[in-house]
This record gives sequence, structure tokens and C-alpha cells, in this order.
Amino acid sequence: MFARTSALVFLPQCQWHPIFPTPILVTIRLKSIKNIQKITKSMKMVAAAKYARAERQLKPARVYGNGAVALYEKAEIKAPEGVANKHLLIGVSSDRGLCGAVHSNVAKAIKAKIATLTGEGKEVMVVNVGDKLRNILFTLLTHSNYLLLSCKEVGRKPPTFTDASIVATELLNMGFEFDQGAVIYNRFRSVISYKTDEKPIFSIDTVANSENMGIYDDIDADVLRNYQEFALVNIIYFGLKESTTSEQSARMTAMDSASKNASEMIDKLTLTFNRTRQAVITKELIEIISGAAAL
Amino acid sequence: MMAARFLRRSIPVLRQARCYADAPSGSSQMSFTFASPTQVYFKEASVKQVDVPTLTGAFGILPAHVPTLQVLRPGVVTVFNDDGSAAKFFVSSGSITVNADSSVQLLAEEAFPLDQLDVAAAKANLEKAQSEMASASDEAARAEAIVKALE
Repeated sequence: MFARTSALVFLPQCQWHPIFPTPILVTIRLKSIKNIQKITKSMKMVAAAKYARAERQLKPARVYGNGAVALYEKAEIKAPEGVANKHLLIGVSSDRGLCGAVHSNVAKAIKAKIATLTGEGKEVMVVNVGDKLRNILFTLLTHSNYLLLSCKEVGRKPPTFTDASIVATELLNMGFEFDQGAVIYNRFRSVISYKTDEKPIFSIDTVANSENMGIYDDIDADVLRNYQEFALVNIIYFGLKESTTSEQSARMTAMDSASKNASEMIDKLTLTFNRTRQAVITKELIEIISGAAAL
Repeated sequence: MMAARFLRRSIPVLRQARCYADAPSGSSQMSFTFASPTQVYFKEASVKQVDVPTLTGAFGILPAHVPTLQVLRPGVVTVFNDDGSAAKFFVSSGSITVNADSSVQLLAEEAFPLDQLDVAAAKANLEKAQSEMASASDEAARAEAIVKALE
């Protein structure tokens, strides 16, 4: 950061910008902002391409995910009220930043849920998919005792069913006997909007003991366990797909506004540069003329 | 359709008082959703019958089938459309849910229409995988080998 020995000028339109003493410093700053604008423009195009692919893959994934939770909705499965339940929260996000409020929205939702659930005396554990979530939630020691499992390397490539099954396998291997839980993710609504949403997950016992399960015929414990594990993978996969689409569209919007801000700054700085340049020339002219007049 | 009516399994759900989704118009149609993570084959479509291979045996599912949950085995799923044509798909694994309102969700981990599978390549892979299968005593490895054989 170069030393700014100038004063701040308060312009009548309530803007301010410093007066640079020399045109050279203005040129340097102008050049760096133009480079940044190139970077944000290219990031926007990359995000647009990734978004197009993610949205295409989201269509079948949505049908798939809705089919997976159909059982829970139609059978109206609920965990038994009032019992000290163990809750599991799975927050789905990614590793990469520069995408607006995507990560902090999921983190806020998780924090709010932890607060309400611990207020009710229930036990909560959190699984986070994506490094950014870990940074927001867990490095600050306040919530670190809730961390069950953390997954990285999310977001570089589009998520596949295999990724979701790896997460689910690790989660089940941890051996945390939860009764119910939720997957918290950003549901994609449109290019410019997404909403933080959650989908419920239940344990095998909760499903088996739920009152409406009686109408389902011919179920033994083995089948139910396989079914539940598969459903868990499906819900995680659904959350991952929706999250990536929301993330890419948010990154597109963020980089777009960054490019626009950069071009505004470039315009203002170019004007300043020209003014500074003209001031220097005028000063030299005045010196020459007054010097000649003195002769 | 007449034959299907005779073959339909008895419906205990109608005898229970606490049944919901009782609308008679709903129970003669099956809302069939068949999808894999990457592709949707049927979305809330109305079909006549679906044959699925499950861990406990092969099922034929008609409208107003008793609600059930099943886990799929690698095998062929046959869908009989309303117009009588049949579509066959190979599925590797997955789950099927039949709900009380006659909606069926068939979620397969991998599913391919049979005509996309090359018979010669499949046979070659089958021999390779069968030798693997003989040495793999684990159920999961056997299923994997079958899957690879038919891929």
C-alpha cells in the first residue's frame, strides 16, 4: 500500500477520494484495479459455465431427492416428542469462497438450530461438508465440541453419488446413535436467489416405531436398515446438488458486481488521473510563463 | 386390465379404519417415479405394472398394491405402460417404496435401458467377473461382480 500523503477531499455529492500527488501513483493503482477486473470477469464466466452444468444435473437429482423423502412425507414420520432425542445436523456447503453469503447462511442456520436444541436439553452433533463451514463454525472453539465429522475437497468438481455415499458411510461408521436430524443446505430457486432449507433424516428405530409404518407390509429389520442407509445417501446427494447450483449462481452474481464496482473505480480514477496530469502541465506552463515574464 | 384385477393382491389397507388417501379415483392409478441420481426415466407417470427384483424376491406391482418398502437386487426392472408396451431397465441396486396412495418411488443407484447394453461386451465381462465371483465369497463383492458383468 503506497503512502498516501494527501488529504481527503469531501465532494458536494458526498463522495470522497484522495488527491494523488503524482500521476505515477494513479497509474499504478489504475493498473492493479484493471487486473482485478479481468480476474473477476473471468471468474464470472467460469462460474456461469459451472452453473449451467450444475443446473442441468440438478433436474434429475431433484426428482430423485423428492422421491427419497416421499416416504417420510407420506407416512408422516415424526420422532417421539419430549424424549431426550439425539440430533444430527449435516451442513452442506463447499471449500471455496468468493460466492456471497452461501456459507454464512448455512452456518447461521446451524448455529440457530444448535441454540434451540441445546436450550431444550437435547444432544446435538454436527457434520459439515465443506471446509468453509468448518472455518466459520468450529475454529472459534465455541462450537467445536459439537463437531462430529468434517469433509473437505468439496466444490472443485461437481458432486457425485459416490461422494454422498462416502460421507454417509463415514457418518454411519462414527457410531453416533442419533434419533433424528436434518440436512441443511441452500435450495436453489433461481439464478439470483436461493434459500437455506432443511430436509429431515430419521434413524432406523424412529422409522420402525412410527405409527404409520404399520400399514407397510412385509418389512424386516435388515431391509429397513438397507433402505434407511440408501435414503440417507440420497438426501445427502440431493443437498449437495442443490448446494453446488446455489453456490455457482451466487459466485456468478458476486463476481458480476465485483466487476461492475471495479469498472466504476476505473472510471473515477481515470478522471482523477487526467485531472492530475492536466494540473501538472498547467503548473509547468505557469512557471515557464512567469519565468519568461520576469526576464 | 381384467386379468390384472383378478391378480391384484388383497388390500388389507382398506379394512383398517385409519387409512388416509382413500379417494377411489386415486387408487386405480399408479403414480410411478423411476430415477437414478443422474437421470429420470419416469416421473409420476401412470403405468399398468412394474416388475422389480428385490432382496426378498421378484415383485409385480400394480395400482393399489399394499404399501411396502423394499431394497433392490441387481437385475431387470420391467415397466408395463398403459398402452401395453414394456420397457426394460437394468438396475444395480436401490430401493422401492409403495405408499398408501398408490404412488411408487423406484430409486436406483444405477439404471440403464437394456438396449443401451452391448451384449458381446457384457458376455466378455461376465466371464471375467464370474471367475472373480467364484473367489469372492462376500455378498457385496458378488453383487459388484454381477454389476460389472452387466455394465
